[in-house]
Amino acid sequence: MAKVSKSPWLLHYDASSCNGCDIEVLDCLTPKYDIERFGIINTGDPFQADILLITGGVNSQTEPVVKQLYSQIPEPKVVVAVGICACTGGVFKECYNIKGGIDTVIPVDVYVPGCAARPEAIIDGVVQAVAILDKKREEYRRQKNAK
Amino acid sequence: MGLIPVLIGVPAVFAVLLSFIRQEKARGVVVYVGAGSVMVLSLAFVASWIQNGSMIEKVYVNTEMVDHLMMVGEAFLMGLIVVLSIKYKRFFAALLSVAQTSLLFYVELTTDLPEAEHMLVDRLALLMCVIVAFVGGFICIYAVGYMKGYHHHHKEFKDRQPFFFSMLFFFLAAMFGLVLSLNLIWMYFFWEITSVISFLLIGYTRTEEAVRNSFTALWMNLLGGLGFAAGIAIMAFTIHSVQMSDLVLWGAPLPVACLCLAGLTKSAQLPFSSWLLGAMVAPTPSSALLHSATMVKAGVYLLIRLAPALNDTIVGLMVSLIGGFTFIAASMMAIAQNDGKKVLAFSTISNLGLIVACAGIGVEETVWGAVLLMIFHSVSKSMLFQSVGATENCLGSRDIEDMHGMLLRLPKLTYIMGIGIAGMYLAPFGMLISKWVALRAFVDSENVLLVIFIAFGSATTMFYWTKWLSKLISQHHARDNVTDVTRRDEYLSMFVHAGCMLLLCLLFPLLSTNLVDPIMLELFGYARPVLSMEVLNTMAIMLVSVGIVPLSMFFVSKAAHKQLVPIYMSGVNEGDDRYFVNSLGEPEHLYLSNWYLRYQFGMRRLMRPSIYFSAAILVVIFCLILGGAV
Amino acid sequence: MQVLSVIGYLILAPLAGGLLDGIDRIISARMQRRKGPPLLQPFYDIGKLFSKEVIAVNNVQMLLNLSYLVFLAIAGSMLFAGKDILMCLFILSTADMFLIMGASSDSSPYANLGAGREMIQMMAYEPLTLIVAVGFYLSSGSFQVSDIIGQQYSSVLFMPGMLLGFMFTAAIKFRKSPFDLSTSHHAHQEMVKGLTTEMSGPTLAIMNIAEYYEMILILGIFCLFFLNGNWWSWPLAIAACAVIFFLETLWDNASARLKWKTLLDSCWVITLLFGGVNLLILMLLK
Repeated sequence: MAKVSKSPWLLHYDASSCNGCDIEVLDCLTPKYDIERFGIINTGDPFQADILLITGGVNSQTEPVVKQLYSQIPEPKVVVAVGICACTGGVFKECYNIKGGIDTVIPVDVYVPGCAARPEAIIDGVVQAVAILDKKREEYRRQKNAK
Repeated sequence: MGLIPVLIGVPAVFAVLLSFIRQEKARGVVVYVGAGSVMVLSLAFVASWIQNGSMIEKVYVNTEMVDHLMMVGEAFLMGLIVVLSIKYKRFFAALLSVAQTSLLFYVELTTDLPEAEHMLVDRLALLMCVIVAFVGGFICIYAVGYMKGYHHHHKEFKDRQPFFFSMLFFFLAAMFGLVLSLNLIWMYFFWEITSVISFLLIGYTRTEEAVRNSFTALWMNLLGGLGFAAGIAIMAFTIHSVQMSDLVLWGAPLPVACLCLAGLTKSAQLPFSSWLLGAMVAPTPSSALLHSATMVKAGVYLLIRLAPALNDTIVGLMVSLIGGFTFIAASMMAIAQNDGKKVLAFSTISNLGLIVACAGIGVEETVWGAVLLMIFHSVSKSMLFQSVGATENCLGSRDIEDMHGMLLRLPKLTYIMGIGIAGMYLAPFGMLISKWVALRAFVDSENVLLVIFIAFGSATTMFYWTKWLSKLISQHHARDNVTDVTRRDEYLSMFVHAGCMLLLCLLFPLLSTNLVDPIMLELFGYARPVLSMEVLNTMAIMLVSVGIVPLSMFFVSKAAHKQLVPIYMSGVNEGDDRYFVNSLGEPEHLYLSNWYLRYQFGMRRLMRPSIYFSAAILVVIFCLILGGAV
Repeated sequence: MQVLSVIGYLILAPLAGGLLDGIDRIISARMQRRKGPPLLQPFYDIGKLFSKEVIAVNNVQMLLNLSYLVFLAIAGSMLFAGKDILMCLFILSTADMFLIMGASSDSSPYANLGAGREMIQMMAYEPLTLIVAVGFYLSSGSFQVSDIIGQQYSSVLFMPGMLLGFMFTAAIKFRKSPFDLSTSHHAHQEMVKGLTTEMSGPTLAIMNIAEYYEMILILGIFCLFFLNGNWWSWPLAIAACAVIFFLETLWDNASARLKWKTLLDSCWVITLLFGGVNLLILMLLK
């Protein structure tokens, strides 16, 4: 855990989920899983977030919202798609209003499958995301110094 | 002091002259010349006084001729009021006017008053003269530009500018007379003139509302005038003197209470506050000059003069309680107002309340605070009124809601307004320091109620100013652009005011030691420094830091490279920070409103109880005095 | 001595504030039967925030936030230099004003809501702070902090009501439930992050550091209640502060957020009851 960033704050957005995964995400905050022990805070605010955690596939209504939220998160940032719908569109993939997984709109770094995704899997995904975040931070710092 | 008649006479001559000039350009020139000469004269007056050794001077012993002229003048004023009251069928004002004028004539004709000086020149009077000359002079200059814009916007009102400017200059003359009078009958005469001019200016537009409000103002001020006349009559019959100084030495409760009643009505304290709120229908220059910067200060001036006689008496208790209560009640009601001028009116009433409370306690420290509050309040409030007036001419509204994001639309006016607002309540500006001294003095005088009033009152004061300021500073790009139609005359006046405000804050320690401490010496016969030098130094440091901190931070933050993104609106920002997508998928205009807490602090809820409460204080204490309990 | 204590405050206050915040988060977690973050979490957070990209919605927010920080530091320095407490409180409210300006400058719905609530909070706690300052003046005869801590008996003997009242309203300053109307550290709120909604990266870090300065300043005022001329009053004051801080955390976890109306009413009533009555008695005594 030494390399892992110590204070990843996340923003949770429900793109079109059935709420199954959302409940599991909130589960992670409960005493049993307690993600705060990793310093993770579920902020509700893109301006303060490092990790964008999205459940559900993207539809035409949520597409601009996902894009805007992503643009409002300061660099470095990572995106975690939670649940099979967010990864690929899931059972709703062929629906007329669904565009597909989150990666059809913004770049996704970690995919957490499951229907609904289990809290353990979500936590594991987030911890992986944190590792990627660290890499990105190094890159960002190098870029900044190069400038 | 040969300059006194000139000081009073020159504005009066200009007033007569202005009432004949119909041509706009010529009027502008005459106003500039008039205002300039008033300022120069007041400075010359101060200079000649300093040259004569800076002593308290009492002048004009034999003035039979002038006395008779004044009686004629009083009769004329009474006639004017009676005629207008009959014309508009509001007889109460006429009744009051006739009552007080006949009472005063009776006194003058029956009692034999010993010869004594009629006028007094001391530092307090000179200070008032300078305030009146400079604040008043610049407001007149402001009015040149403002009235053009006003009549450009309001075609429905008859253009009566010659009358308007003539009244402004008459008012200046009357104010000079008022602050220099030692003889109460003389002071009463000038007092009545200011009441009548205020009445005429409130009714300037002659709309039904204006007429109604002007009569409210008239009868309340006349009630005060009746108190004044009664006080004079009691003095004349009992101690055969109508000198202010004799009254302070004598200090009998009843006449002092009567004069205090006059002071309370003039400075619009509860229960007589409604006239000042109604007076806001008048064009802004008159609101700035009469209803915030100078005329209402006449009431406070009278109370400060009486302050040594108020210390530890039941009358002082009445005055300080009413003042303190007005301070908190008016500041609460200001929260619920969204009309810029109404907020200013309430804040004027509230600040005057604080000054009145200080005067009512009547010890050196509080009066020190009162004098400084008076100076700062005059300048910053006059500036605020002017900027709100100019804003109204630009935006077509003086609603604070419409001032959202004004910093980007009318930057110059916003800066002026911002300085005015900051001067009214922020540390380390003068108002706050004076408030601090007042608080300490209230504690020393062991008045728990006043301490609680000031503690709550300053919290509510902070609330309504902060929310106004935050409205101004919002970085919001409005759809329609506004052109700044403020004229050069208006900016000249406002910039000078803003400069004065900043300078006064910087020179605060000097102001305190060189001007206000000697005033205390004259009023009380002794003076010790109210603020220690250490405090004054801390203040100076503070003041510099208030200037320097944001400025240096400005450069620090400018150096930081940043990327601008749209504001957070749950991800449905339309992109320009003005619209968001609503639940029907359509763009919806974003509208941010201020907090007004109307149900809690609205006038409808608070006005009546506060009037009853303060009226009860007045009635009870008058009954106690009349009943001979004290 | 004065200079030392000011420098000490300026350097140590953010550290102590951060540590207290860490302790607070652990205690809160234990009260909720969680493990909670590491003790140094607040410092990790601030380090991370400084490493983030600077994004903003306008050009003035950073400037206003920095001014907030500097004014808070000045207010705190005045207290720790033993200067006038009333002046210190006035500067404290000036600092708060800059925070409100910073939030309103966004012209964004959530930040504006937060700024409005912050103003209400200021209006709610301000009367009692003034009354407390007056209480110190009455009990020690001076507004100077150096005189207050040098007196023979602790001020709390004369002003226990004010202490209770101040504990009540201090929850506002600590941004603790039930008075965390304008913003708080907890997730999922009706107004997102309130007045900090548009603050990101370094801007937010500055705001957090300022909050630590403020926390230590408020605890410093709590200390004033207990300090007197004797040496043993210092550990006593620090112990009392620890107890008070624990009680605030407990209260934070045991209560839900209130509506602004209840906040204003309850704070003003408490101010009148505890502050006003205490003041009256104090005036009669002295």
